[in-house]
Amino acid sequence: MKFTKEHEWLRVEGDLVVVGITEHAAEALGDVVFVELPEPETVVAAGSEVCVIESVKAASDILAPVEGEIVAVNEKLSDNPGLVNEDPMGDAWFFKMKIDDLAVLDDFMDEDEYKDMIG
Amino acid sequence: MSDLLRLPLHELHVGLGGKMVPFAGYEMPVQYPAGVMKEHLHTRAAAGLFDVSHMGQVILRPRADMADLALALERLMPVDVLGLGQGRQRYGLFTDDTGGILDDLMFANRGNHFFLVVNAARKGHDFAHLQRHLAEVATVEVQGERALLALQGPLAEAALSRLEPGVAAMKFMDSAIFLTEFGEIWVSRSGYTGEDGFEISVHPGGATELARALLAMEEVLPIGLGARDSLRLEAGLCLYGHDIDETTSPVEAGLTWAIQKARRAGGAREGGFPGAARILGELDEGPERLRVGLRPAGRAPMREGTALYATDGTPLGAVTSGGFGPSVGEPVAMGYVPAAHAAIGSALEGEVRGKRLPVTVAAMPFHPTHYKR
Repeated sequence: MKFTKEHEWLRVEGDLVVVGITEHAAEALGDVVFVELPEPETVVAAGSEVCVIESVKAASDILAPVEGEIVAVNEKLSDNPGLVNEDPMGDAWFFKMKIDDLAVLDDFMDEDEYKDMIG
Repeated sequence: MSDLLRLPLHELHVGLGGKMVPFAGYEMPVQYPAGVMKEHLHTRAAAGLFDVSHMGQVILRPRADMADLALALERLMPVDVLGLGQGRQRYGLFTDDTGGILDDLMFANRGNHFFLVVNAARKGHDFAHLQRHLAEVATVEVQGERALLALQGPLAEAALSRLEPGVAAMKFMDSAIFLTEFGEIWVSRSGYTGEDGFEISVHPGGATELARALLAMEEVLPIGLGARDSLRLEAGLCLYGHDIDETTSPVEAGLTWAIQKARRAGGAREGGFPGAARILGELDEGPERLRVGLRPAGRAPMREGTALYATDGTPLGAVTSGGFGPSVGEPVAMGYVPAAHAAIGSALEGEVRGKRLPVTVAAMPFHPTHYKR
Protein backbone atom coordinates (compact mmCIF):
# COMPACT_ATOMS: atom_id res chain seq x y z
CA MET A 1 0.00 0.00 0.00
CA LYS A 2 1.17 3.51 -0.87
CA PHE A 3 0.26 6.85 0.68
CA THR A 4 -0.09 10.45 -0.55
CA LYS A 5 0.64 13.70 1.27
CA GLU A 6 -3.13 14.32 1.09
CA HIS A 7 -3.71 11.32 3.38
CA GLU A 8 -5.01 8.98 0.69
CA TRP A 9 -4.01 5.33 0.44
CA LEU A 10 -3.43 3.60 -2.89
CA ARG A 11 -3.73 -0.16 -3.29
CA VAL A 12 -2.98 -2.10 -6.46
CA GLU A 13 -5.68 -4.56 -7.46
CA GLY A 14 -4.75 -6.30 -10.74
CA ASP A 15 -4.13 -3.48 -13.20
CA LEU A 16 -6.22 -1.01 -11.18
CA VAL A 17 -5.42 1.41 -8.36
CA VAL A 18 -7.93 1.55 -5.50
CA VAL A 19 -8.07 4.88 -3.61
CA GLY A 20 -9.29 5.61 -0.09
CA ILE A 21 -8.43 7.88 2.83
CA THR A 22 -6.31 6.91 5.79
CA GLU A 23 -7.52 6.23 9.30
CA HIS A 24 -5.66 9.35 10.40
CA ALA A 25 -7.61 11.43 7.85
CA ALA A 26 -10.96 9.86 8.75
CA GLU A 27 -10.34 10.61 12.40
CA ALA A 28 -9.42 14.22 11.66
CA LEU A 29 -12.51 14.71 9.49
CA GLY A 30 -14.89 13.46 12.15
CA ASP A 31 -18.20 11.77 11.40
CA VAL A 32 -18.69 11.63 7.63
CA VAL A 33 -22.28 12.41 6.60
CA PHE A 34 -22.11 12.70 2.80
CA VAL A 35 -19.86 11.48 0.02
CA GLU A 36 -20.10 12.77 -3.55
CA LEU A 37 -18.55 10.21 -5.89
CA PRO A 38 -17.21 10.85 -9.39
CA GLU A 39 -18.90 9.58 -12.55
CA PRO A 40 -17.38 6.30 -13.68
CA GLU A 41 -15.60 6.31 -17.06
CA THR A 42 -14.22 9.83 -16.61
CA VAL A 43 -10.60 10.60 -17.31
CA VAL A 44 -9.08 12.74 -14.58
CA ALA A 45 -5.81 14.66 -14.26
CA ALA A 46 -3.46 14.16 -11.31
CA GLY A 47 -4.43 16.55 -8.52
CA SER A 48 -7.96 17.19 -9.80
CA GLU A 49 -10.84 17.07 -7.32
CA VAL A 50 -12.79 13.88 -7.85
CA CYS A 51 -14.77 13.33 -4.63
CA VAL A 52 -16.23 15.52 -1.93
CA ILE A 53 -16.49 14.32 1.65
CA GLU A 54 -18.74 16.21 4.03
CA SER A 55 -18.27 15.56 7.73
CA VAL A 56 -20.23 17.07 10.59
CA LYS A 57 -17.53 19.74 10.61
CA ALA A 58 -16.70 20.67 7.01
CA ALA A 59 -16.38 19.68 3.37
CA SER A 60 -13.11 18.38 1.96
CA ASP A 61 -11.97 17.09 -1.40
CA ILE A 62 -10.33 13.89 -2.49
CA LEU A 63 -7.84 14.48 -5.27
CA ALA A 64 -6.92 12.09 -8.05
CA PRO A 65 -3.43 10.90 -7.01
CA VAL A 66 -2.38 10.24 -10.62
CA GLU A 67 -3.75 10.72 -14.11
CA GLY A 68 -6.10 7.99 -15.22
CA GLU A 69 -9.62 6.79 -15.83
CA ILE A 70 -12.15 6.25 -13.04
CA VAL A 71 -13.54 2.79 -13.73
CA ALA A 72 -15.53 2.05 -10.56
CA VAL A 73 -16.91 3.95 -7.57
CA ASN A 74 -18.00 2.62 -4.17
CA GLU A 75 -21.77 3.13 -4.21
CA LYS A 76 -21.94 1.82 -0.62
CA LEU A 77 -20.62 5.21 0.52
CA SER A 78 -23.61 7.04 -0.95
CA ASP A 79 -26.01 5.15 1.28
CA ASN A 80 -23.71 4.75 4.26
CA PRO A 81 -21.16 7.59 4.44
CA GLY A 82 -20.34 6.55 8.02
CA LEU A 83 -18.44 3.58 6.57
CA VAL A 84 -15.57 6.02 6.04
CA ASN A 85 -15.19 6.25 9.83
CA GLU A 86 -15.87 2.57 10.49
CA ASP A 87 -13.48 1.01 7.99
CA PRO A 88 -11.45 3.71 6.22
CA MET A 89 -8.62 1.39 5.16
CA GLY A 90 -10.84 -1.44 3.94
CA ASP A 91 -14.51 -1.36 2.85
CA ALA A 92 -14.61 2.42 2.51
CA TRP A 93 -12.59 2.72 -0.70
CA PHE A 94 -13.78 5.63 -2.88
CA PHE A 95 -12.90 4.75 -6.47
CA LYS A 96 -10.78 2.52 -8.70
CA MET A 97 -8.62 3.96 -11.46
CA LYS A 98 -7.00 2.53 -14.55
CA ILE A 99 -3.59 4.11 -15.11
CA ASP A 100 -1.05 3.76 -17.89
CA ASP A 101 1.89 2.66 -15.84
CA LEU A 102 1.69 1.30 -12.30
CA ALA A 103 5.34 2.28 -11.85
CA VAL A 104 4.25 5.89 -11.07
CA LEU A 105 3.11 4.58 -7.68
CA ASP A 106 6.77 4.13 -6.70
CA ASP A 107 6.94 7.91 -6.15
CA PHE A 108 4.47 7.75 -3.25
CA MET A 109 5.25 7.09 0.40
CA ASP A 110 5.25 3.65 1.91
CA GLU A 111 3.60 3.03 5.26
CA ASP A 112 6.67 3.89 7.36
CA GLU A 113 7.24 7.14 5.49
CA TYR A 114 3.58 8.08 5.90
CA LYS A 115 3.70 7.31 9.62
CA ASP A 116 6.76 9.55 9.91
CA MET A 117 4.90 12.34 8.15
CA ILE A 118 1.88 12.28 10.47
CA GLY A 119 4.16 11.93 13.46
CA MET B 1 -2.78 29.34 20.78
CA SER B 2 -0.67 31.44 23.17
CA ASP B 3 -2.71 34.65 22.84
CA LEU B 4 -5.95 32.81 23.55
CA LEU B 5 -7.57 32.97 26.96
CA ARG B 6 -8.12 29.86 29.03
CA LEU B 7 -11.22 29.07 31.03
CA PRO B 8 -11.47 27.59 34.53
CA LEU B 9 -12.17 24.08 33.22
CA HIS B 10 -9.27 24.04 30.74
CA GLU B 11 -7.30 21.26 32.46
CA LEU B 12 -10.43 19.14 32.78
CA HIS B 13 -11.12 19.40 29.03
CA VAL B 14 -7.57 18.46 28.14
CA GLY B 15 -7.70 15.54 30.56
CA LEU B 16 -10.93 14.32 28.96
CA GLY B 17 -9.26 14.33 25.53
CA GLY B 18 -11.09 17.45 24.33
CA LYS B 19 -9.86 18.83 21.01
CA MET B 20 -9.17 22.47 21.82
CA VAL B 21 -9.77 25.13 19.15
CA PRO B 22 -9.85 28.94 19.15
CA PHE B 23 -13.36 30.31 19.64
CA ALA B 24 -14.32 33.90 20.48
CA GLY B 25 -10.81 34.50 21.85
CA TYR B 26 -10.76 31.39 24.03
CA GLU B 27 -9.41 27.89 23.78
CA MET B 28 -12.54 25.79 23.74
CA PRO B 29 -13.27 22.06 23.28
CA VAL B 30 -14.88 21.49 19.87
CA GLN B 31 -15.31 17.78 20.58
CA TYR B 32 -14.18 14.95 22.82
CA PRO B 33 -13.10 11.46 21.71
CA ALA B 34 -16.76 10.36 21.27
CA GLY B 35 -17.09 12.80 18.33
CA VAL B 36 -19.75 15.30 17.31
CA MET B 37 -22.36 12.77 16.18
CA LYS B 38 -22.30 10.63 19.34
CA GLU B 39 -22.13 13.69 21.58
CA HIS B 40 -25.17 15.17 19.84
CA LEU B 41 -27.22 11.97 20.08
CA HIS B 42 -26.18 11.38 23.69
CA THR B 43 -27.46 14.83 24.67
CA ARG B 44 -30.85 14.07 23.10
CA ALA B 45 -31.00 10.62 24.75
CA ALA B 46 -29.46 11.22 28.20
CA ALA B 47 -27.52 14.26 29.39
CA GLY B 48 -24.63 16.33 28.04
CA LEU B 49 -22.39 18.71 29.96
CA PHE B 50 -21.22 21.83 28.09
CA ASP B 51 -18.68 24.39 29.25
CA VAL B 52 -20.00 27.78 28.15
CA SER B 53 -17.81 29.82 30.47
CA HIS B 54 -16.75 32.02 27.56
CA MET B 55 -20.15 33.69 27.65
CA GLY B 56 -20.54 37.02 29.39
CA GLN B 57 -22.21 37.12 32.81
CA VAL B 58 -23.22 40.41 34.37
CA ILE B 59 -25.28 41.61 37.30
CA LEU B 60 -27.23 44.86 37.00
CA ARG B 61 -27.89 46.17 40.49
CA PRO B 62 -30.36 49.07 40.70
CA ARG B 63 -29.23 52.28 42.37
CA ALA B 64 -32.83 52.96 43.45
CA ASP B 65 -35.56 50.43 42.66
CA MET B 66 -35.92 47.50 40.26
CA ALA B 67 -38.76 49.15 38.32
CA ASP B 68 -36.55 52.07 37.25
CA LEU B 69 -33.91 49.61 36.07
CA ALA B 70 -36.50 47.46 34.28
CA LEU B 71 -37.80 50.52 32.41
CA ALA B 72 -34.23 51.55 31.52
CA LEU B 73 -33.59 48.05 30.11
CA GLU B 74 -36.80 48.37 28.11
CA ARG B 75 -35.25 51.40 26.41
CA LEU B 76 -32.58 49.00 25.03
CA MET B 77 -34.80 46.01 24.13
CA PRO B 78 -38.22 45.49 22.48
CA VAL B 79 -38.99 43.15 25.35
CA ASP B 80 -41.24 43.26 28.44
CA VAL B 81 -38.74 43.57 31.31
CA LEU B 82 -41.06 45.18 33.85
CA GLY B 83 -43.50 42.28 33.64
CA LEU B 84 -40.89 39.59 34.33
CA GLY B 85 -41.60 38.05 37.70
CA GLN B 86 -39.05 37.39 40.42
CA GLY B 87 -37.21 34.09 39.89
CA ARG B 88 -37.96 34.10 36.16
CA GLN B 89 -35.71 34.40 33.14
CA ARG B 90 -36.54 35.71 29.65
CA TYR B 91 -34.89 35.90 26.20
CA GLY B 92 -33.94 39.44 25.18
CA LEU B 93 -32.48 41.36 22.24
CA PHE B 94 -30.47 44.59 22.22
CA THR B 95 -31.50 46.52 19.11
CA ASP B 96 -29.98 49.55 17.35
CA ASP B 97 -31.66 52.63 15.85
CA THR B 98 -32.09 50.88 12.49
CA GLY B 99 -33.90 47.95 14.13
CA GLY B 100 -30.90 45.62 13.74
CA ILE B 101 -29.87 43.22 16.49
CA LEU B 102 -26.80 44.14 18.56
CA ASP B 103 -26.92 40.91 20.56
CA ASP B 104 -29.32 38.37 21.98
CA LEU B 105 -29.21 37.41 25.63
CA MET B 106 -30.92 35.87 28.63
CA PHE B 107 -31.90 38.03 31.59
CA ALA B 108 -33.30 36.95 34.94
CA ASN B 109 -35.12 38.89 37.65
CA ARG B 110 -33.45 37.83 40.89
CA GLY B 111 -35.47 40.04 43.23
CA ASN B 112 -33.04 42.83 43.96
CA HIS B 113 -31.06 42.71 40.71
CA PHE B 114 -31.04 41.39 37.15
CA PHE B 115 -28.60 38.71 36.00
CA LEU B 116 -27.70 38.70 32.30
CA VAL B 117 -25.89 36.16 30.11
CA VAL B 118 -24.66 37.49 26.76
CA ASN B 119 -22.72 36.05 23.81
CA ALA B 120 -18.97 35.60 24.17
CA ALA B 121 -18.11 37.45 20.97
CA ARG B 122 -20.30 40.41 22.02
CA LYS B 123 -19.56 40.73 25.72
CA GLY B 124 -17.11 43.63 25.38
CA HIS B 125 -19.64 45.48 23.29
CA ASP B 126 -22.53 44.62 25.60
CA PHE B 127 -20.79 45.59 28.83
CA ALA B 128 -19.90 48.99 27.33
CA HIS B 129 -23.45 49.34 25.98
CA LEU B 130 -24.93 48.64 29.43
CA GLN B 131 -22.46 50.98 31.14
CA ARG B 132 -23.22 53.76 28.67
CA HIS B 133 -27.00 53.52 28.93
CA LEU B 134 -27.63 52.29 32.46
CA ALA B 135 -24.91 53.90 34.61
CA GLU B 136 -27.39 56.34 36.12
CA VAL B 137 -29.84 53.70 37.28
CA ALA B 138 -27.63 50.69 37.96
CA THR B 139 -24.15 49.40 38.68
CA VAL B 140 -22.87 47.06 35.98
CA GLU B 141 -21.06 44.22 37.74
CA VAL B 142 -19.25 41.94 35.27
CA GLN B 143 -18.87 38.39 36.66
CA GLY B 144 -15.60 37.74 34.85
CA GLU B 145 -14.49 34.93 37.13
CA ARG B 146 -17.54 32.70 37.23
CA ALA B 147 -17.72 29.58 35.09
CA LEU B 148 -20.92 28.67 33.25
CA LEU B 149 -21.94 25.08 32.64
CA ALA B 150 -24.94 23.80 30.72
CA LEU B 151 -26.39 20.38 31.52
CA GLN B 152 -28.83 19.42 28.77
CA GLY B 153 -30.99 16.46 27.92
CA PRO B 154 -33.87 14.35 29.27
CA LEU B 155 -31.77 13.02 32.18
CA ALA B 156 -30.37 16.44 33.17
CA GLU B 157 -32.87 16.80 36.01
CA ALA B 158 -32.11 13.35 37.41
CA ALA B 159 -28.37 14.10 37.32
CA LEU B 160 -28.34 17.62 38.76
CA SER B 161 -30.96 16.90 41.43
CA ARG B 162 -28.60 14.31 42.95
CA LEU B 163 -26.32 17.20 43.81
CA GLU B 164 -29.02 19.79 44.51
CA PRO B 165 -32.55 18.38 44.96
CA GLY B 166 -34.07 21.86 44.71
CA VAL B 167 -33.58 22.03 40.94
CA ALA B 168 -36.23 19.36 40.31
CA ALA B 169 -39.04 21.78 41.19
CA MET B 170 -37.85 24.39 38.67
CA LYS B 171 -39.82 24.96 35.47
CA PHE B 172 -38.57 26.12 32.06
CA MET B 173 -37.03 29.60 32.41
CA ASP B 174 -37.07 29.60 36.23
CA SER B 175 -33.96 31.11 37.83
CA ALA B 176 -32.77 30.28 41.35
CA ILE B 177 -29.74 30.41 43.64
CA PHE B 178 -28.65 27.40 45.71
CA LEU B 179 -25.92 27.08 48.30
CA THR B 180 -24.12 23.80 47.65
CA GLU B 181 -20.84 22.04 48.41
CA PHE B 182 -19.56 23.73 45.21
CA GLY B 183 -20.36 27.17 46.59
CA GLU B 184 -23.29 29.27 45.50
CA ILE B 185 -24.66 28.08 42.17
CA TRP B 186 -26.92 30.22 40.02
CA VAL B 187 -29.23 27.91 38.12
CA SER B 188 -31.72 28.53 35.33
CA ARG B 189 -33.85 25.85 33.72
CA SER B 190 -32.88 26.68 30.17
CA GLY B 191 -30.31 26.00 27.49
CA TYR B 192 -29.69 26.15 23.78
CA THR B 193 -30.23 22.61 22.56
CA GLY B 194 -34.03 22.26 22.41
CA GLU B 195 -33.86 19.83 25.33
CA ASP B 196 -34.83 20.24 28.96
CA GLY B 197 -31.85 21.21 31.06
CA PHE B 198 -30.05 23.72 33.20
CA GLU B 199 -27.48 26.46 32.94
CA ILE B 200 -25.34 26.71 36.04
CA SER B 201 -23.13 29.64 36.97
CA VAL B 202 -20.52 28.58 39.49
CA HIS B 203 -17.49 30.19 41.15
CA PRO B 204 -14.22 28.96 39.57
CA GLY B 205 -13.23 27.38 42.89
CA GLY B 206 -16.15 24.96 42.62
CA ALA B 207 -16.48 24.66 38.85
CA THR B 208 -14.12 21.76 38.21
CA GLU B 209 -15.47 19.77 41.16
CA LEU B 210 -19.06 20.34 40.03
CA ALA B 211 -18.20 19.28 36.48
CA ARG B 212 -16.37 16.18 37.77
CA ALA B 213 -19.30 15.24 40.01
CA LEU B 214 -21.68 15.43 37.04
CA LEU B 215 -19.33 13.62 34.65
CA ALA B 216 -18.95 10.80 37.18
CA MET B 217 -22.64 10.01 36.64
CA GLU B 218 -23.41 7.33 34.09
CA GLU B 219 -25.85 9.45 32.07
CA VAL B 220 -23.56 12.47 31.65
CA LEU B 221 -20.98 12.90 28.87
CA PRO B 222 -18.91 16.00 28.08
CA ILE B 223 -20.10 17.73 24.91
CA GLY B 224 -18.08 20.10 22.72
CA LEU B 225 -18.94 23.14 20.65
CA GLY B 226 -19.47 21.04 17.51
CA ALA B 227 -22.49 19.24 18.93
CA ARG B 228 -23.67 22.41 20.65
CA ASP B 229 -23.97 23.93 17.18
CA SER B 230 -25.79 20.98 15.58
CA LEU B 231 -28.17 20.75 18.57
CA ARG B 232 -29.13 24.42 18.45
CA LEU B 233 -29.50 24.27 14.66
CA GLU B 234 -31.93 21.35 14.91
CA ALA B 235 -33.81 23.30 17.59
CA GLY B 236 -34.14 26.22 15.12
CA LEU B 237 -32.29 28.59 17.45
CA CYS B 238 -30.28 31.56 16.15
CA LEU B 239 -26.54 31.95 16.49
CA TYR B 240 -25.51 35.59 16.81
CA GLY B 241 -23.14 36.75 14.07
CA HIS B 242 -24.55 34.13 11.72
CA ASP B 243 -28.36 34.01 11.77
CA ILE B 244 -28.83 37.40 13.39
CA ASP B 245 -26.73 40.57 13.49
CA GLU B 246 -27.00 44.35 13.00
CA THR B 247 -28.42 43.83 9.49
CA THR B 248 -31.34 41.64 10.59
CA SER B 249 -34.37 42.83 12.53
CA PRO B 250 -36.07 40.67 15.16
CA VAL B 251 -39.15 40.42 12.91
CA GLU B 252 -37.14 39.26 9.90
CA ALA B 253 -35.41 36.75 12.16
CA GLY B 254 -38.76 35.29 13.21
CA LEU B 255 -38.18 36.33 16.82
CA THR B 256 -41.54 38.11 17.22
CA TRP B 257 -42.38 35.73 20.09
CA ALA B 258 -39.69 37.60 22.05
CA ILE B 259 -41.57 40.91 21.63
CA GLN B 260 -44.33 40.76 24.22
CA LYS B 261 -47.70 42.49 23.85
CA ALA B 262 -46.76 45.28 26.27
CA ARG B 263 -44.16 46.62 23.82
CA ARG B 264 -46.22 46.29 20.64
CA ALA B 265 -48.65 48.75 19.08
CA GLY B 266 -51.50 49.30 21.52
CA GLY B 267 -49.52 47.75 24.40
CA ALA B 268 -49.05 49.35 27.82
CA ARG B 269 -45.48 50.46 26.98
CA GLU B 270 -45.59 50.54 23.19
CA GLY B 271 -42.32 51.28 21.40
CA GLY B 272 -39.65 53.32 23.15
CA PHE B 273 -36.81 50.95 22.16
CA PRO B 274 -34.11 51.48 19.50
CA GLY B 275 -35.43 50.82 16.00
CA ALA B 276 -39.09 50.87 17.15
CA ALA B 277 -40.33 52.51 13.94
CA ARG B 278 -39.01 49.69 11.77
CA ILE B 279 -39.76 46.85 14.17
CA LEU B 280 -43.35 47.94 14.88
CA GLY B 281 -43.83 48.65 11.16
CA GLU B 282 -42.66 45.14 10.26
CA LEU B 283 -44.91 43.62 12.94
CA ASP B 284 -47.82 45.46 11.32
CA GLU B 285 -47.09 44.98 7.63
CA GLY B 286 -44.78 41.95 7.60
CA PRO B 287 -41.06 42.10 6.84
CA GLU B 288 -39.61 42.05 3.33
CA ARG B 289 -37.62 38.91 4.07
CA LEU B 290 -37.74 36.18 6.67
CA ARG B 291 -35.49 33.64 8.32
CA VAL B 292 -36.77 30.23 7.29
CA GLY B 293 -35.95 26.60 7.96
CA LEU B 294 -34.52 24.71 5.01
CA ARG B 295 -34.45 21.00 4.21
CA PRO B 296 -32.12 20.07 1.34
CA ALA B 297 -33.61 17.27 -0.75
CA GLY B 298 -30.34 15.36 -1.09
CA ARG B 299 -27.76 14.32 1.47
CA ALA B 300 -25.32 17.14 0.71
CA PRO B 301 -25.32 19.69 3.57
CA MET B 302 -25.97 23.32 2.61
CA ARG B 303 -23.61 25.22 4.84
CA GLU B 304 -23.41 28.89 5.83
CA GLY B 305 -23.04 31.08 2.73
CA THR B 306 -24.80 28.70 0.32
CA ALA B 307 -26.61 30.96 -2.20
CA LEU B 308 -30.37 30.43 -2.49
CA TYR B 309 -32.37 30.84 -5.70
CA ALA B 310 -35.96 30.60 -6.86
CA THR B 311 -36.62 27.73 -9.23
CA ASP B 312 -36.59 30.32 -12.08
CA GLY B 313 -33.03 31.28 -11.13
CA THR B 314 -33.79 34.56 -9.29
CA PRO B 315 -31.27 35.08 -6.45
CA LEU B 316 -33.11 35.10 -3.12
CA GLY B 317 -30.59 35.11 -0.28
CA ALA B 318 -28.23 32.78 1.51
CA VAL B 319 -27.97 30.10 4.14
CA THR B 320 -26.88 31.53 7.51
CA SER B 321 -26.41 28.20 9.36
CA GLY B 322 -26.44 24.75 7.93
CA GLY B 323 -25.07 21.29 8.33
CA PHE B 324 -26.06 17.73 9.05
CA GLY B 325 -28.69 17.17 11.73
CA PRO B 326 -27.70 13.98 13.56
CA SER B 327 -31.15 13.50 15.15
CA VAL B 328 -32.99 14.40 11.94
CA GLY B 329 -30.64 12.11 10.00
CA GLU B 330 -30.51 14.56 7.13
CA PRO B 331 -29.02 17.95 6.38
CA VAL B 332 -30.83 20.97 7.82
CA ALA B 333 -30.23 24.70 7.40
CA MET B 334 -31.68 28.13 7.94
CA GLY B 335 -31.40 31.31 5.92
CA TYR B 336 -33.13 34.45 4.71
CA VAL B 337 -35.47 34.65 1.70
CA PRO B 338 -38.02 37.25 0.50
CA ALA B 339 -41.42 36.90 2.19
CA ALA B 340 -42.98 35.68 -1.08
CA HIS B 341 -40.76 32.57 -0.91
CA ALA B 342 -40.95 32.02 2.85
CA ALA B 343 -44.08 29.86 3.08
CA ILE B 344 -43.51 26.34 4.39
CA GLY B 345 -43.23 23.98 1.43
CA SER B 346 -41.79 26.61 -0.96
CA ALA B 347 -39.44 24.97 -3.45
CA LEU B 348 -36.06 26.71 -3.74
CA GLU B 349 -32.59 25.85 -4.93
CA GLY B 350 -29.27 26.09 -3.15
CA GLU B 351 -25.95 26.22 -4.96
CA VAL B 352 -23.48 23.62 -3.69
CA ARG B 353 -20.11 23.41 -5.49
CA GLY B 354 -21.56 25.03 -8.61
CA LYS B 355 -24.67 22.84 -8.77
CA ARG B 356 -28.19 24.10 -8.04
CA LEU B 357 -29.82 21.51 -5.78
CA PRO B 358 -33.44 21.39 -4.59
CA VAL B 359 -34.24 22.59 -1.07
CA THR B 360 -37.61 23.11 0.59
CA VAL B 361 -38.70 25.73 3.13
CA ALA B 362 -39.60 23.77 6.28
CA ALA B 363 -40.97 24.38 9.76
CA MET B 364 -38.59 24.83 12.68
CA PRO B 365 -37.62 23.33 15.03
CA PHE B 366 -36.38 20.46 12.87
CA HIS B 367 -36.38 18.20 15.91
CA PRO B 368 -39.17 18.50 18.54
CA THR B 369 -38.21 20.52 21.60
CA HIS B 370 -38.64 19.10 25.11
CA TYR B 371 -38.81 21.99 27.53
CA LYS B 372 -40.26 21.46 31.01
CA ARG B 373 -43.14 23.90 30.92
